[in-house]
Amino acid sequence: MRKLTAVILLMIIAAGTAYVLAEIPFGSTQTKIGDYFNKNGVEETGAVNIVTSVVVNYRGLDTLGEITVLLTAAIGLGMVLDSSGKRKDVVKREPASLIVYTGCRFLFPVIMLTGFYIFIHGHLTPGGGFQGGAIAASGFLLMYLGCSGKRINTRVSTVTEVLGGIIFIGIGLAGLILGHDFLFNFLPKGEPNTLFSSGIIPLIYVAVGFKVGSELAGIIDNLMETGE
Amino acid sequence: MEIIVIIIVLLMIISAVAASIFKDLMNAVIASCIVSLIAAILFFLLHAPDVAMAEAAIGAALVTGVFVIAVKKTKRFEE
Repeated sequence: MRKLTAVILLMIIAAGTAYVLAEIPFGSTQTKIGDYFNKNGVEETGAVNIVTSVVVNYRGLDTLGEITVLLTAAIGLGMVLDSSGKRKDVVKREPASLIVYTGCRFLFPVIMLTGFYIFIHGHLTPGGGFQGGAIAASGFLLMYLGCSGKRINTRVSTVTEVLGGIIFIGIGLAGLILGHDFLFNFLPKGEPNTLFSSGIIPLIYVAVGFKVGSELAGIIDNLMETGE
Repeated sequence: MEIIVIIIVLLMIISAVAASIFKDLMNAVIASCIVSLIAAILFFLLHAPDVAMAEAAIGAALVTGVFVIAVKKTKRFEE
């Protein structure tokens, strides 16, 4: 009986969703604001990647809120999984085989380089601070899974995280100090399509990349080091 | 093009259902990883490479890693 009710409810939801979405042509632009960003985005912000110009420039404050949410989640997880008092009963993991170990050692710098490339070139190519940071953190995950016994230095990762946040907020406050709005793009925009262009956007994305990467690596470290 | 999209969406639905059916939780984690991976491919085909990158890095790599660690530290088989 319960299963039947669940199936009927699901079918009603599916029919409703299909009915609502059938009217909208898939992939078409329905709002005027998208056209505005496509037309004026490069000129106003200097960033060729329109997504980046929206995320960091037009709605930079929301991005600050997003990384605050991530920080809160990391703090909560750290509090729940806090194992600093009982580190000794962590089970000794078996060492990985030579092939896995060598493969991880070989892939780790490549993954880190990809992550750094993605968040440094966030204003030119797809991707940005969040994506690059997540890729760098997945490199640490590979290190944890493949080369057992290796750990990140928790102190270094905490300092990196704090510095990333301070740089982001500092750049935002610098806009206020110079007499504009919070997160105002006060640096010269430069030539589009070059690395040193679009003012504060690359600086903010590098800060966000380091912050997200060290935060996610810290979460993985917390999870791995907790006992059974 | 249309046919490719239909095939991979069907694959996505199959692996999503499989993830909820499997009793071996490690298999279920891998099946949900496939769902994220196909979602990333679909985002890429829809010309949203930024979202595809985030989905591939977070959904397919990090979440799978976290689930693998969680399964390893608890029980592997569902009762």
